[in-house]
Amino acid sequence: MTELVDATRIAGPAPAGARVSLEGLVRTYGATRALNGFSLAIEPGEFVALLGPSGCGKTTALRVLAGFERLDSGRVTVDGRDVSKVSAQHRDMGMVFQSYSLFPNMNALNNVAFGLRMRRQHATQRRQKAGELLELVGLSDQASKYPHQMSGGQQQRVALARALAIEPRVLLLDEPLSALDAKVRAELRDQIRQLQQRLAITTVFVTHDQEEALSMADRVCVMSAGRAEQTATPAALYSRPTTSFVAEFVGVSSRVPVESENGSVVLFGERCRIRASDVGLPDGPLDALLRPEDVTITPDETAKPFVTHKSFLGAITRVIVQVEGVAVRVDVRSDVAADIELGARVRVAVVSRDVLVAQRTATRPGSTQ
Amino acid sequence: MAPFSIYSFLGLGVPIIAVIYYAFQSEQGKPTLSNIALVTHGSYLLGFENSIVLALITSIVPGIIGLILAYAIATSRSATLKRLVATASGVLANFGGINLTFMFIATLGSTGILTAWLSAIHLNPWNFGFNLYSFYGVALVYLYFQVPLMVLVITPALGGLRPSWREAAENMGASSWGYWRYVGVPVLMPSVLGGMLLLFGSGFAAYATAETLTAGTVTLAPIQIGSLLAGNQLAGQENVGYAVGLGMFVVLAVTMILYGLVRRRASKWLR
Repeated sequence: MTELVDATRIAGPAPAGARVSLEGLVRTYGATRALNGFSLAIEPGEFVALLGPSGCGKTTALRVLAGFERLDSGRVTVDGRDVSKVSAQHRDMGMVFQSYSLFPNMNALNNVAFGLRMRRQHATQRRQKAGELLELVGLSDQASKYPHQMSGGQQQRVALARALAIEPRVLLLDEPLSALDAKVRAELRDQIRQLQQRLAITTVFVTHDQEEALSMADRVCVMSAGRAEQTATPAALYSRPTTSFVAEFVGVSSRVPVESENGSVVLFGERCRIRASDVGLPDGPLDALLRPEDVTITPDETAKPFVTHKSFLGAITRVIVQVEGVAVRVDVRSDVAADIELGARVRVAVVSRDVLVAQRTATRPGSTQ
Repeated sequence: MAPFSIYSFLGLGVPIIAVIYYAFQSEQGKPTLSNIALVTHGSYLLGFENSIVLALITSIVPGIIGLILAYAIATSRSATLKRLVATASGVLANFGGINLTFMFIATLGSTGILTAWLSAIHLNPWNFGFNLYSFYGVALVYLYFQVPLMVLVITPALGGLRPSWREAAENMGASSWGYWRYVGVPVLMPSVLGGMLLLFGSGFAAYATAETLTAGTVTLAPIQIGSLLAGNQLAGQENVGYAVGLGMFVVLAVTMILYGLVRRRASKWLR
């Protein structure tokens, strides 16, 4: 990874990031409601990821925050000031686009200096600061290169330096890594996070890649149908999803049909409590949502479940077990899994007696997500 | 590659070699520089000057009109309008010669329909110094195919201007003026210049429209070649015609080299 220079030396002492509040945002395109009462509060200096499937409204929310989209209703405040009617030109927010969007007629240095030029900074000052920012992102040797002469990763780092040049109060990242290959993506992911932490800029990051969101953000807001499903720390989101949508969208889950009765279900022969958030569901047929690490298997010649598939993932191996016609994913240490043959009979058990359940889907019960 | 090379050689290479060969040959078939000396003076030089001025006028004016028109269409939300204009431009850009001349004579000639209508409201352009059969009349008629040609050439370049460039500029505090000044215009400039150079070539080399409209009364290089090769002025002057043709070839070659250079830059920026 590119060695980072001291960010505070260039950008000065870390400014207090702005407090951002999105309140009841509604944005419609014809009959489509891209944002349907979306709300989110972001603390100063916080890194929040908007995560969701295509069409969930995450990019629209970011564009509303940037000032590129008008609102049908709701409001956007920055440090308590309503900026809903303020144009993008005057919002003081730096944005990094998915497609880099560097100006093709300018070299890297002039791209970075563009915002300073618009702020009428003296040429010497802006060149010096642009040079320092290129150094910050590890591209000081590329200052005279034009965008078409740089790789995708280099272009995106220049775009990041350009967004930081104006010392924005809020940094907006619109799927900045999605056009890059895996290795560069991983490098730039670390670099963005380190820079954000050093500069303490309030940052909103849009992505459909849950690994990116969970590894980079302080908090992740999972969106669905123009609304926030759950906003929580990555750990809480993964281990304590409050809705079945979040449980299935974040991480891997297996759906196992169960019958609920008085707040409990029987799972693999053991009685388990239904997690508090789903207690309101009526008694009757439901699906339990199980993470691969929530299930254990033990070889047992007398058991009915059997192994149908194994995927080596490094330290662990993901094993798929057929339990009464239902495919259940189980994570097993690879050294243990090596001794388990395909077709082997295994006994299945749950780690926790506290399970998340969801309405039974109309699709084939027991399918894995 | 090979079929194209053969096609280019037969279509361009052989005629050029022939033009060069005969331009340096006397009527008696002996090598000479007299043809070249002749066409760089007097009426032949005037023909080149007029052709270059006509080409400049009919590249800059339609270039600007075509750019504005193409921008209006490119930013329109109507896909039907875009398709319609693209098709119409394709047809009109190739509409010249006798048909176009007749259309203008019937419309704006001294007894044309539009002239008659304008006369009825006391705005007969011929009473204000307009003459369709003059140098500027030719320039006006050329607009008819030059504007659509510019629309055809510049529309892809306008489509290559990414909306996110504008948003990025706005995001960094640029006004609309700031965006166009520092990004939009510089990025488009090679394509606009390229389009105008194509128009220059088209206006410089056009023959039939000018010939049929003015019957050779306006001194233009292509018309002079036509007259010389047909023996309309003096018999046995064909080789002088080839020398004028060589001069035109040199002007067009310079135009195409410049066009290649600006296209190279445009293609880097508007990929």
